[in-house]
Amino acid sequence: MNDAQTIPPRLYIEGPAFWAPTLPGWETASAAFRGEAAPVDPPAKRPSPQVLAPAERRRAPDTVALALEVAAAAVAASGRKADELPCVFASAHGDLGINDYMCSTLAADPTVLSPIKFHNSVHNAAVGYWTIGTGCMAASNSLSAYESSFASGLLEAAAQCAADQRAVLLAGYDMPAVGALGSVTTSRDLLAVALVIAPEPTERTVASFEWTLAGRTPAASQPSSAAALALKGNAMADALPLFEALARNDDISLELPVSAKLSLRLRLHPEARPVTQN
Amino acid sequence: MPPSRIPPLQISAFTATSAVGVGKAALAAALDTSRSGLRANDFGPKPLPTWIGRVEGVEEVHLPERLAEWDCRNNRLAWMGLNADGFIDAVAAARKRYGASRIAVVLGTSTSSIGETEAAYTQLVDGRFPPHQQRPKVHTPHSLAMFVQEALGLEGPAETISTACSSSAKAFASAERLIRLGLVDAAVVGGVDTLCGSVLYGFNSLELVSPEPCRPFDPARNGISLGEAAGFALLERGRGPLELLGYGEASDAHHMSTPHPEGLGAEKALDDALARAGLAADAIDYINMHGTASQKNDEVEGALVARRFPARTHASSTKGFTGHTLGAAGIVEAVISLLAIESGVMPGTVNTNTLDTDCGPQIKLQPAHGEVRYALSNSFGFGGNNCSLIFGKGVAA
Repeated sequence: MNDAQTIPPRLYIEGPAFWAPTLPGWETASAAFRGEAAPVDPPAKRPSPQVLAPAERRRAPDTVALALEVAAAAVAASGRKADELPCVFASAHGDLGINDYMCSTLAADPTVLSPIKFHNSVHNAAVGYWTIGTGCMAASNSLSAYESSFASGLLEAAAQCAADQRAVLLAGYDMPAVGALGSVTTSRDLLAVALVIAPEPTERTVASFEWTLAGRTPAASQPSSAAALALKGNAMADALPLFEALARNDDISLELPVSAKLSLRLRLHPEARPVTQN
Repeated sequence: MPPSRIPPLQISAFTATSAVGVGKAALAAALDTSRSGLRANDFGPKPLPTWIGRVEGVEEVHLPERLAEWDCRNNRLAWMGLNADGFIDAVAAARKRYGASRIAVVLGTSTSSIGETEAAYTQLVDGRFPPHQQRPKVHTPHSLAMFVQEALGLEGPAETISTACSSSAKAFASAERLIRLGLVDAAVVGGVDTLCGSVLYGFNSLELVSPEPCRPFDPARNGISLGEAAGFALLERGRGPLELLGYGEASDAHHMSTPHPEGLGAEKALDDALARAGLAADAIDYINMHGTASQKNDEVEGALVARRFPARTHASSTKGFTGHTLGAAGIVEAVISLLAIESGVMPGTVNTNTLDTDCGPQIKLQPAHGEVRYALSNSFGFGGNNCSLIFGKGVAA
């Protein structure tokens, strides 16, 4: 009954963006992944995204600050307009700091719960602030898939790009567990990534990929650089193999698990620039 | 540029469990007789003075031994929902036809298992979760889709969509794309949300909770009634008697917890849904509105329906039956729309006494009977996240 199986169309990556305290920006991160630079020391402070009004920048939850920083960097590097791009934001756990606040306040005195913290507690807070800050009225999504959150976000964004033949912004981010949640949820450090997926190559294309869902025969791809391995404790770590490969311009197959027995298989080709006709 | 028309997808099984009862028959009976499922809030140790749509019997659900580690209120309600209307058998048959890895699970929820995390915070031992709460896969949003995937024995892609109150409507859109691209042959879509402290006290802190049963579109409306629900649908490639015809997703770009004053995001979602379905607004026979009974939502959505639809369109909000089931609202109201197509029963708007002056003639307080060929369901969420779905009467399989 699988006669309808087709190979989805090849897609193009623009504007990879990356932020971790030790690798605060794609330039630093990609150099570190190539072994050409060391992570920054001391680590950078939490980003302060310019998409938000100055008063909101300080108040923004960590996940919002992280997500908006990389989303803005990816859109800038793609040369596209933020208000025209549908967006898929992915986070395994959402804002663990706000979850800790909500659960401890509910346990102590639920009547003092802060309304702002409550509306910031929704999983789509980051993408909501992004669409508000950029004036984007396109489709926006917020999804979670535990240890496969980046791969599932990539699948969602690639499917949307291929189905609608329209460029899509993808951002993935997670933060460390806070308070008592830290005794059960193991995410550590701050990590955020973003890129734009386009249906056609442009002069900003950094790589192209063929993609399909495949049974998990080969093992899940793993990062190999010390700089990337140091971030493996974050719940968005399943993004690391792709960003490492993009930094190295690798021509490579990647296996990114999307569920217990299934992978998103990417065949990545570096710098698929359009052929210039003379 | 409007999106292109999409091929219809058949909906081969569907179900919903809410405050009005377990499964489709209980829901259809409540809708036909205008029986509200709301009750005075009795949830938790010191209940706030409000009304809720609570599902009877969730506390007594025992998950099978093989699924016991997933135990929490949200997954219990998911299990209740899966066991209604032969849904598990329909999925098992599809699994046999297509293979376990060719069926996606795309579910929406706003708070997933957070109720269990709230409980764990009242049981801390030296600031840590006690041993029975050391279940990292329960204390995370994806708990719902991981649980359902395991319960149904599926091995395809699994994602949890969490865009507040549009979550389980958007599940249809994501699943349609996976099927159209040939990545899967079928998808289990839907969503589950359960009552918990976070939403009761959270919406209360925003002063959005009514002390009375919610009254959508009533001039005297004074807020929402929260509810809980589980609902599922099985989407498959090809035509059938009931079909998903279109969807539209759009953002307000306005405010985190207040809709766009002119409903621009909602209207864009509507336009995209009509374009994908290849229909004009006047083809729609029944509209299940988001209609939360919050001042602002109803004002903006009422005006949208009044300006875009002919007077003959029957529109209603069913929040007075089930309460606002948040991330599950999309699937519950998709099921209500499918029942309208199947049975011709177009529900009324219970609890509401009179209609606000800015509502058009489309919004009905009483149920009506008639042929429903095309139904529209609206779901709008925090963050300005909008989704509209269009279902239609298809061809006999």
